[in-house]
Amino acid sequence: MTDATNTGSLYDVDARTKKRNAAEKRFRIYGMIAIGLGLVFLVALLSTIVVRGIPAFQQTKLTLPIALPEETLDKSGVRDIEVMKKVSTFGYNPLIEQALADALDANGIENPFEDAKGLKPILSSSAAAVVRDEVLANPELVGTTHTFEILAASRVDGYLKGRVTRESVARDNNIDAAHFDVVDALRDAGIIAKGFNFDFITGADASESRPEQAGIGVSMLGSLFMMFVVLGLSLPIGVAASIYLEEFATQNRFTDIIEVNISNLAAVPSIVFGILGLAVFIQFMHLPQSAPLVGGLVLTLMTLPTIIISTRASLKAVPPSIREAALGIGASKMQTVFHHVLPLAMPGILTGTIIGLAQALGETAPLLLIGMVGYIASNYPDGVASGFLDPNSAMPAQIYEWAKRADPAYYERAWGGIIILLVFLMTMNILAVILRRRFERRW
Amino acid sequence: MSPLILLAIVLALTVAGYVMGRQRAVGSVDDVRKLHSLPNFYGMNVAMLAFVPAVLLLAIWVIVQPLVVAGQVRGDIPDTLYETRGELSLVMSDVQRVASGLDTAIAQGVLAPGDIEGLDATTVRDTLGGVGVALGSDVSEEVLAAALDYRATSNTGDWVRTVVVLVVAVAGFLYAYLGTSGTLRARNRVETGILILLITAALIAILTTLGIVLSLLFNTIEFFGLYPADEFFFGTTWSPSFGGGSQLGILPLLWGTLYISLIALAVAVPIGLFAAIYLSEYASSKVRSIAKPMLEVLAGIPTIVYGLFALLTVGPLLVGIFGDGGILGVGWMQGGTAVMTAGLVMGIMLIPFVSSLSDDIINAVPQAMRDGSYGLGATQSETIRQVVMPAALPGIVGAILLAASRAIGETMIVVLGAGAAARLSLNPFDAMTTVTAKIVSQLTGDADFASPEALVAFSLGMTLFVVTLALNVLALYIVRKYREQYE
Repeated sequence: MTDATNTGSLYDVDARTKKRNAAEKRFRIYGMIAIGLGLVFLVALLSTIVVRGIPAFQQTKLTLPIALPEETLDKSGVRDIEVMKKVSTFGYNPLIEQALADALDANGIENPFEDAKGLKPILSSSAAAVVRDEVLANPELVGTTHTFEILAASRVDGYLKGRVTRESVARDNNIDAAHFDVVDALRDAGIIAKGFNFDFITGADASESRPEQAGIGVSMLGSLFMMFVVLGLSLPIGVAASIYLEEFATQNRFTDIIEVNISNLAAVPSIVFGILGLAVFIQFMHLPQSAPLVGGLVLTLMTLPTIIISTRASLKAVPPSIREAALGIGASKMQTVFHHVLPLAMPGILTGTIIGLAQALGETAPLLLIGMVGYIASNYPDGVASGFLDPNSAMPAQIYEWAKRADPAYYERAWGGIIILLVFLMTMNILAVILRRRFERRW
Repeated sequence: MSPLILLAIVLALTVAGYVMGRQRAVGSVDDVRKLHSLPNFYGMNVAMLAFVPAVLLLAIWVIVQPLVVAGQVRGDIPDTLYETRGELSLVMSDVQRVASGLDTAIAQGVLAPGDIEGLDATTVRDTLGGVGVALGSDVSEEVLAAALDYRATSNTGDWVRTVVVLVVAVAGFLYAYLGTSGTLRARNRVETGILILLITAALIAILTTLGIVLSLLFNTIEFFGLYPADEFFFGTTWSPSFGGGSQLGILPLLWGTLYISLIALAVAVPIGLFAAIYLSEYASSKVRSIAKPMLEVLAGIPTIVYGLFALLTVGPLLVGIFGDGGILGVGWMQGGTAVMTAGLVMGIMLIPFVSSLSDDIINAVPQAMRDGSYGLGATQSETIRQVVMPAALPGIVGAILLAASRAIGETMIVVLGAGAAARLSLNPFDAMTTVTAKIVSQLTGDADFASPEALVAFSLGMTLFVVTLALNVLALYIVRKYREQYE
């Protein structure tokens, strides 16, 4: 050996050892960089979501006393709802604009426009409908001055949140910088203010021109009904299939085919399940398009492999001695499984099911194909049957829908929707972890 | 009688069967211990035979009857009303809408059941409009006649269904009830029934695959009847237009898919692999217990989130660097949606996928091999590169192939981040599109499903299905074939 001639101390590091040690160090640093990059991406992703989504939970509103004169709203004076309904939102618009102009006067703010109508861009176009609904619900308000909380237009909302600047509206036909002067004065006077946006969480989607009014509540219900379908179908079917494969099936060609099928299905791209749903459930079986029922069926087929794989793992984890003991005292095979093995495997099965549901909840691609996008989810379902069968959106589909709309105000809503979606997913995953920690048995 | 009421009746019979069957068994012997099975099994046996055949029949009937009736009514429609199959299906949906509208009108009391035969085709639209059933056009004489026929046949079918299902339920009930005695092997019967149920559940996996293959296959065949297959597979232009004269070549889409997947793998494989090596070989258990779950959070985030991240954050960021007037001043990038945007974000998504699969594989390499290498004087990194990696290689190649299959099938990131223009270009900062993105764009909206522009999506889906399946099978094959068996 060459090193035999080396008479120096072992503590003197020779050039070759130095090189090898340097390589060692470099290798270790590559690993650290990789982990670091992964974590940086995670932090970047999460902080983007939080920073850009939090504003969606705040909404700019105006608190305005609005005079509701009898001569415009109810000429007859008998407060007959049917007659009052004839006054459309166009009848209410001037009242609200006038109320805003009056509020400016009362606070000594100069109106830079010719008349009250010039102030219209500050208000949401939903304002009139909100006031009208309130008046129709309480006809005695007519003839009085009532204080309403109405939404500001999305550009005003964006201005107060820093999304819209005076420069960016220079070429905007809807609003100009003079409006923002008024808004600044109104904010100082306390008439216009940001508040927690509860309607975003519970509300319905709005049309493309009214981002300030859009909420995720209805599509949340759509997702909920879909999850009922997924849970109700995939848990029993998945558990039954796993029990057969794990406890009863003999090793033969038929069982092999089923097993290969299941592992392949787990790797099929989700969009292909969407095609399946479109071709089988909608084109062939004529189930209603955009219905949570169909979405749930498609997601069930997608979730089944996940649930079957995790259920089989937890059935396998139950030691054979349990089965042998039960069989030994005379239980049938079926009784052994249903009375002893299944209850012991249940925590593991539930954990797998929750994780499968969480996957299904965030899945978007198949929903695009069965028509849950492009549909404006503006009505709450009337009941359980309508919840399953009437067209609706789902949370991820709603987020996609918002991301596609042209108005940047909708991007804020999309990020906000993601926060809500992630909160659901996190809750489900934490629940799964707790279940596992609490009930897991080591044999 | 509506299927729901029918189902309720069968259910009532089932419950009654359970109670009565149990009583009959208990009453047939002087001591319960003399029964062959536990008393509940006798009840379940009767319930099962009353319920399962009847409900199965009901389900099949509900699905099949509309198909049969529609097929029969289709024969009534004269050839003059339609030219193509697409138009025929439009006429048929009109017929069905008129028929169900008439049902609604009768239910609301606008029409008396006797009026139906004497209806005038010209007034039907207004009548139905009055009960909230909107029709697109006036109803022709033939359509009305067909609708009336449809209704009549359906009604007859419903009656027959009610009678047959009830007869089957009662027959099953009586057969099991009268056969109940103390010596009946009720448990064995019930357990056979349950076993059949379990097998059926397991078969759903096969049915799903079959459904996927058949729905893709039939529509693909239909597409190739309308559009030549060689132009689809070898065409280099993708320009669908619903007005006709589309060019539907898959090559630009395949190229976009491949390019984006390559970039994604170029990001995910080195990072994922090194992360896995560090976590399994170097990291202390404390670092590992924190870093591993955090990386796996990336895998739990829905793809729509990554899509939005690509569209609104990464895209503008890249334009700020590589775009016109960007930091580098190179002007390679025209817009935020590009191959690079989608590829980078997809790479981030795949990091945990690669890292956790590789982690498992590296951990499976026996410690004795490492110890042997250390004993020969190798440093840790030399051991990893020359001993652990070669041993883990088949598994890692398998993991990369699985990641590639995920990248090819990924939809939301490319729909939002890659752009919509199908082009063959080498510039990674150009917008390109993929197979999955085009499936979405061809099948959403109010497209006519019989046109080649919509049907092409099924051929794209077929291509996607075959490619991802091949990758998965290949990955499995490599892992099985080259895996070293250490024990």
